[in-house]
Amino acid sequence: MERAELISLLSSRLGSALLSTAEMRNDDTLVVVDRKELVSAVGTLKNDPALGFTTLMNHLGADYRDKLAVIYNLWSPALRNKITVKVYLDRDNPEVPSLERAFHGISWYERETYDLFGIRFTGHSNLKRLLLPDDWEGHPLRKDYVAPQSYNGIETGRPDLLDEPAAAEGTGV
Amino acid sequence: MSKYSTQEMVLNMGPHHPSTHGVLRFILQTDGEMMVKATPDIGFLHRGIEKIAEGLPWQSFLPYTDRIDYVASVNCNLGYAVAVERLAGIAVPERADYLRVIAAELSRIGSHFIGFGALLLDLGAVTPFVHALRERETFNDLMEMLCGARLTHNYVRIGGVSQDLPDGFAEQCRAFVDHVEHEFLDEFNTLISRNTILINRLANVGVISAEAAEEYTLTGPNLRGSGVRFDLRKDEPYSVYERFAFDVPVGTGRCGSLGDSYDRYFVRIDEVAQSCRIVRQALDQLRAGGEIRAKLPKPFTVPAGEVYVRTESPRGELGFYLISDGGKNPFRVKIRTGSFSAMTIIEPISQGVMVADLVAIIGSLDIVAPEIDR
Amino acid sequence: MLERFNMVGRLSGDPDLVLTTVDAAVNLARANSLWYLLMGLACCSIELMQTGGPRADIDRFGSLFRATPRQSDLMIVAGTVTLKMAPRLRRLYDQMAEPKYVIAMGSCANCGGPFDLSYSVLRGVDKIIPVDVYLPGCPPRPEALTEALLKVQEKIRKERYFLKKEA
Repeated sequence: MERAELISLLSSRLGSALLSTAEMRNDDTLVVVDRKELVSAVGTLKNDPALGFTTLMNHLGADYRDKLAVIYNLWSPALRNKITVKVYLDRDNPEVPSLERAFHGISWYERETYDLFGIRFTGHSNLKRLLLPDDWEGHPLRKDYVAPQSYNGIETGRPDLLDEPAAAEGTGV
Repeated sequence: MSKYSTQEMVLNMGPHHPSTHGVLRFILQTDGEMMVKATPDIGFLHRGIEKIAEGLPWQSFLPYTDRIDYVASVNCNLGYAVAVERLAGIAVPERADYLRVIAAELSRIGSHFIGFGALLLDLGAVTPFVHALRERETFNDLMEMLCGARLTHNYVRIGGVSQDLPDGFAEQCRAFVDHVEHEFLDEFNTLISRNTILINRLANVGVISAEAAEEYTLTGPNLRGSGVRFDLRKDEPYSVYERFAFDVPVGTGRCGSLGDSYDRYFVRIDEVAQSCRIVRQALDQLRAGGEIRAKLPKPFTVPAGEVYVRTESPRGELGFYLISDGGKNPFRVKIRTGSFSAMTIIEPISQGVMVADLVAIIGSLDIVAPEIDR
Repeated sequence: MLERFNMVGRLSGDPDLVLTTVDAAVNLARANSLWYLLMGLACCSIELMQTGGPRADIDRFGSLFRATPRQSDLMIVAGTVTLKMAPRLRRLYDQMAEPKYVIAMGSCANCGGPFDLSYSVLRGVDKIIPVDVYLPGCPPRPEALTEALLKVQEKIRKERYFLKKEA
């Protein structure tokens, strides 16, 4: 389906949940959705027979410096179209409803986004850290993250080569 | 009614174990030999590749893409390069596209050797794994001739490839694919694929229906093993894949049910033969002369925007979601891998199977730890 | 008849008699049967498997892979050690019986390698276990790993096995 046609179809089906649309590179369409209407909007995208975005391709979080966002990439085998659904969130208290009931396979993607960005998914069955150890502090992929100097007694600091060599053997850089 | 009172046992499998999938940990709740639940615990190889990308220029990130899936590194390089080129609007010269396809398909062959070799090693058959390693050594020699590295190739560059074909490469490559397609696969199938023990261990084990596969976002050979004919090289072609004639093998339940471990294993064997066809056609269609790299502006920046590009890697769909703010470094790189989705299906599938069958299921899904943890 | 009992005259020409020290004999046996623990964590593990494979076969040096630390004397740390994996690595090293040796294979095990920039990587496995041989490379070739194994064998041959110096 042509993108202009897809955009008008989306505007008519999603109504007030749709905040903005845009064309993206690689034949993709960006759809920015309101956080409170996310579940109903995705339900429409998935179940409406004219749309049919039944396949979840990808899910990620992003940190745009002034705000956070969660992004979902969906694919419609019927229309053979891609779509990118984006929801902007506050930095201070990022919460968004979980889409586990709509897409079973998104469970681990949401856990990873929680682990790396600190975005809470309300209604998720098992929102725990996935990739980092359970006692890790902080959310690394945020732009203001500072890596700790030690973890459980192991030194993890990275010496800066431009600092004065304190105990270096002088082998040259 | 059982006259024994039983208690569930919690076993720990990993993170250090003799299978070759990397560092994975499973916490198994078993009732004797039957599984009740298998919970994966991942993150033992989480190296923060996505965060490293934000601190490096666009081209400098290519060696890190090798390490996302080190068994098939050219496919990962290719996925990232195609994503950057689509975002920046860079046109790749035709000869570079052909060289990319040759390297990527050879890498797919090499990766499938490790794929089914590791499955057989997990099942206890050590010798076929050594057969597969022997063939992979020839593949390593070819790639070393082409780009200098045996394992983490870093062959693809943004806008093209790094080196042209050296003298004698085309003949050796043809000899290799002829040997693999006509001699090695026949011998392997006679000795191993049609072996009664293997069929008994893999048939009807870990049956994944097409609906379950799509629900859990399985891709690649895992999805095709359940009968869904979807291959990104044919359905969303990139590079010059639409110029080649090849089949897309799907599972047919040939030795058990549709979507069992044997189907997923045999799809990989068939894919090796198809990749040999593609390499031969690419070498035939390759014309002498031509640029191998597009000229990029210095300093190289990518215009602001976002893109999601997916390519077919041997373990499934490799997708790169790139966000650029117009600078020299990527703003955000998200790597979507096939093995990550394949891990999510292990917990639901593992109820009611025996522990040894769980090992067969994990092996048939062909997962590698760096793809899961990145 | 007396020639049969003349040991001094027979020593120089007798091919069936070997004179050595107990240390040298035991060390020869130990060096030529180093069983290694498969600590293949990342990309270097593929090269480790290829080294045990058909072409660069380290089985001819007496080394074969064991999956359990109780049966191995050499740990080849092949790949990146993350902070989550580090305590497990230390525990496996502690479970190995003395005398034990460690080869740090590849850049990541030596010093963090290309992942030195990351937040979750242990910068060198020598922060948690003592290393005998550092093998650079990303990944090192099977021939390089074979040389590292030979260096460990050299080290073993020079050791005093029975009488250890009091600390």
